[in-house]
Amino acid sequence: MFDALSERFERLSTSLRSRGRLSDADLDDALADVRSALLEADVELGVVRAFLDAVRERLSGEALSQSLSPGQQVIKAVHDQLIEVLGGAPLKVTYASRPPTVVLLAGLQGAGKTTAAAKLAAWFKQQGRQPYLVAADLQRPAAVEQLRVLAEQIGVGVYSDNSNPVEVARKGVAEAARLGRDVVIIDTAGRLSIDQALMEEVHSISSATSPHYTFLVIDAVTGQDAVQTARAFHDALSLSGLIVTKLDYDARGGAVLSARGVVGRPVVFASTGEKIADFDLFYPERMASRILGMGDVLSLIEQAERTMDPSVVAESAGRMMSGTFTLDDFLAQLNQVRKMGSLGGLMKLMPGVTKEMRTAASNVDDGELNRVEAIVRSMTPKERRDPSIIDGSRRTRIAKGSATSVSAVNQLLKQFGEMRKMMRQMGNGGAPALPQGMGRMASLAAKARSESLPAGFEALGAGMASAASTPRGGGSKNKKKKGGRVTPPKQR
Amino acid sequence: MPDVLVTEVTSIPSLAVSLEDRLAPSRGVFDRVRSLSPGERLSEEQLAVVEEVLLRSDVGLATTNAVLEQLRSHGAPDGVTDAVRAILLSSLNGDRTTSTQADEGRVPVWLFVGVNGVGKTTTIGKLAKRHHDAGRSVLLAAGDTFRAAAADQLEQWAIRTDSDIVRAHEGADPGSVVHDAVGRASARDIDIVLADTAGRRANSTNLLDELSKVRRVADRAPGQVLETLLVLDATTGQNAITQAQEFLAASGVTGIVLTKLDGTARGGIVIAIERDLGVPVKFVGVGEGVDDLIVFDPEEFVDSLLST
Repeated sequence: MFDALSERFERLSTSLRSRGRLSDADLDDALADVRSALLEADVELGVVRAFLDAVRERLSGEALSQSLSPGQQVIKAVHDQLIEVLGGAPLKVTYASRPPTVVLLAGLQGAGKTTAAAKLAAWFKQQGRQPYLVAADLQRPAAVEQLRVLAEQIGVGVYSDNSNPVEVARKGVAEAARLGRDVVIIDTAGRLSIDQALMEEVHSISSATSPHYTFLVIDAVTGQDAVQTARAFHDALSLSGLIVTKLDYDARGGAVLSARGVVGRPVVFASTGEKIADFDLFYPERMASRILGMGDVLSLIEQAERTMDPSVVAESAGRMMSGTFTLDDFLAQLNQVRKMGSLGGLMKLMPGVTKEMRTAASNVDDGELNRVEAIVRSMTPKERRDPSIIDGSRRTRIAKGSATSVSAVNQLLKQFGEMRKMMRQMGNGGAPALPQGMGRMASLAAKARSESLPAGFEALGAGMASAASTPRGGGSKNKKKKGGRVTPPKQR
Repeated sequence: MPDVLVTEVTSIPSLAVSLEDRLAPSRGVFDRVRSLSPGERLSEEQLAVVEEVLLRSDVGLATTNAVLEQLRSHGAPDGVTDAVRAILLSSLNGDRTTSTQADEGRVPVWLFVGVNGVGKTTTIGKLAKRHHDAGRSVLLAAGDTFRAAAADQLEQWAIRTDSDIVRAHEGADPGSVVHDAVGRASARDIDIVLADTAGRRANSTNLLDELSKVRRVADRAPGQVLETLLVLDATTGQNAITQAQEFLAASGVTGIVLTKLDGTARGGIVIAIERDLGVPVKFVGVGEGVDDLIVFDPEEFVDSLLST
């Protein structure tokens, strides 16, 4: 989402890096660029001003560092400030001592509340909870039906009736208690923030159910209006936090900053795609790193951890790095990846992935993955281990067996060859992009830190180190019970 | 560092039923601009006010800078408001007429495209009412086969507006739904087909390719696509430009329906879209009622952008 912003700061950093000391004029220039970048990213004007003031203060308060270039110093200040705004006052979801824990979702029409409600339920389920959904959006035609369909997909019960939204919410919570569910998520009707009648309705729902958490669902493509919306809802409902949706759009997502800046409550969850699995906690440090073009390695690893079978991953990742990756490994990885949701979403999180690669990846659909799988499955075990033996007649046979064409087979083999080459390079210490590469990356970062790494990246270095020490591909998986923690501890 | 960055939010306009109503009473920032004295040269302070007004309306940095540039070079002899108004209006000069008249033997189709959650289905409901009121028989094609219960939502609109509907099961091929709809409309001598499509993000070539296909199917005889309307949420920021570009390329968008303009958002980004891409706004959604859809009026729109 912040990709464009990252690009912008990248340019900023190169132009500043080429200069010597940071003069007042330099600072003005740099901040003007930051201002444009933020405005183009739809950050609200007032929030932009406050943000720039804070960055300026950071820079003027600090003595000009001898070890940092001016550009690095500006970037560090922007980075730190972003983390502070995005990640200040993190929210930790705790569960009510007398269940159920009630969660109320509110938001504008079309922000994605109903989908977010289902995704949130799936998330709670994954945390080992027994969620229950309440469809209190009686306004939009078929909204209840939509929630029912989604709930069925994730195996969660839904309560609704035709009475009125407040009654539905009240009865829904009671029903959840009766059924012994420990988390209730209430979906409410979308509203315009200025619609008094609906605003009062959601307020009544809130009074009737005394939710433990009230989240505002906000669309990442929102423009300047984000502050008005956030403020209006905060005034009416006293929000606990925000859920950002549509982060898979290529919007720059400044609305996140705007809303955060105006209500002073944290962004807790982020939704990054249409699939139920495309939903996770929001990580401010990672997001800030991503703004600075560092990629979001931590999210990637965690996502992988959650959906991938560690033994399969470890095994093939090891071979990947040693360059003995086979088509069997490829197939295993493919199936793991498929479990993780969209490939495009994944690529977005990786550092060093170009926009073209990302576009290409986001266009890989399930049908294509199916075809690839069919082709590989039509090969003999020997061929899978050593694709170099696949000659013309074998290709024809494989094409027939997989109901594809020889050219499709050729293409796959070519891509596989390139992939293998790339992986061998990675194994030799090239682009760090995969779990096994992380250890190397962290040690590099630690080393660099001790040798006057631009201080702006200290946090990143620490983040990487902790990522590397986080159990993952290596086999163990004791991170399971992260339980209620919703925002990771600050990495300092 | 306080938790809250900004405590003063710009004032929220009072609840208004329609755009006209909203335009009438309060014009705070507009007055601020108006109060700026006319002159050949504008002070930086005057320019800063203009900049703020425009940026806050989501007009975007590029358009705002272009306006400021013009003000710097040409001044504002007739007052700053008039100058800004004229500059913005000069970008809004597209053809806003819509067509319901297909070739002999063809069925007119209006296709609705856009990202998720902008109000496509609701817009179709409102336009169905409009066509119905104008004495046309309407058939709705439930081409959104992806979102859970989207067809149910459209069906309720069909009942409300006394329209016919063609729908299929979830996950069905949207092209086949549209194809069936056109076929049925032709057989039953229906005056116009309004075809819904699934909301899709604008940065996925596959999803856009699928849309191109739906459009091709709809345009095949006896169908004829007369309008492809991009439904755009007024709260959208700069991403709207990307949306317009991509949907234009994929489905030949002929106009925009700007929805949710009854909220506090201004939808200023459509100025950049019309100027850069030549896609005009044709309708504006101003409420949840079935009649809350009006024909876009550039002057009213620009006035509302500059008002508070």
